[in-house]
Amino acid sequence: MDWMAWTGPTAIFFAVIATLLIIFTVLAIKFPETPRTGILRIETTRGDRLFITLLGSAFINLAWLGIIGTAQPWALAVCLIYAAAVFRWV
Amino acid sequence: MEKTVNQKAWFLVLPVLLLVAFSAVIPLMTVVNYSVQDTFGNNQFFWAGLEWFKEMLESDRMWDALGRQLMFSGIILAIEIPLGIFVALNMPKSGFWSSFCLVLMSLPLLIPWNVVGTIWQIFGRVDIGLLGYTLDALGINYNYTQDILAAWITIIVMDVWHWTSLVALLAFAGLKSIPDAYYQAAKIDQASRWKVFRFIELPKMMGVLMIAILLRFMDSFMIYTEPFVVTGGGPGNATTLLSIDLVKMALGQFDLGPAAAFSLMYFLVILLVSWVFYTVMTNLDKKGM
Repeated sequence: MDWMAWTGPTAIFFAVIATLLIIFTVLAIKFPETPRTGILRIETTRGDRLFITLLGSAFINLAWLGIIGTAQPWALAVCLIYAAAVFRWV
Repeated sequence: MEKTVNQKAWFLVLPVLLLVAFSAVIPLMTVVNYSVQDTFGNNQFFWAGLEWFKEMLESDRMWDALGRQLMFSGIILAIEIPLGIFVALNMPKSGFWSSFCLVLMSLPLLIPWNVVGTIWQIFGRVDIGLLGYTLDALGINYNYTQDILAAWITIIVMDVWHWTSLVALLAFAGLKSIPDAYYQAAKIDQASRWKVFRFIELPKMMGVLMIAILLRFMDSFMIYTEPFVVTGGGPGNATTLLSIDLVKMALGQFDLGPAAAFSLMYFLVILLVSWVFYTVMTNLDKKGM
């Protein structure tokens, strides 16, 4: 594993994503759902919304880093608000 | 009542997932690890945090390459899409000549990228290339190794030569699927050629055109081989597109950290466009286009 140059933060980063994927897989099996059409006018399932959330969060973090540049953890707060909005309206 | 979605069949792709994990996911995870660290070789790493991302976001080099990349993709789309439609509209609809045209147009698509680059690299040379020599003989100053405009024209014409066929073939498939009844109705209404195109052909081609635009955008956004073979990113950095710049940074300068941060941002853009591509395609499928 040395060649992969692991660090604590990257391990946590991937662990969070892996956990989210597992949670959503279990959810999809336990509670099957009907896709719905939200404000993007496309049909989405929970998994789609998770993907939109994660991808959007990456861009939010980059934008925060590029425009504001300090107090990066607050970008995470914006991401959580964004996530809530995506799961509510998309 | 709508049927609920059952996603259990996805477990059947687990073996593929394992293979992809080794060929793509684990290397990608390594890139993430590299992007937050600094190294001087010897497999020794030092924590750098978000330093490289910040540096890349503030670097003119990356924004310039992104600008050139968007300009390249924009120009080739603006040429290839209308040209492809025009070619498709003028192709014979059936019979021997139709098949002949289809085969002829598929030929550029079958040529490997580096061969396309080499063809144009030689074609454009002033000393031995047909194009370069002819232009020179006509008194036109054309030198893609020194003149920025000539370099850009060369790589754009090369891409148009290579990929317009794809757009034309897709548009042709779209045109073939329009039932004759539409044209007959237009004739009864005495619609002009333009109106037939605007209100019958264009809407009916929308699905395939969307695929053509997204495919060409993605492909051109990731282009590396052809411009690299022809211009090598020069003159100066004039044709250094994103992937060329990335390779220069990662393998030329061995700046692993910044290159990893750069490639992750590049990857995010590609991921976003791929998602849009996938969503548009599946939605068109549902509408039955």
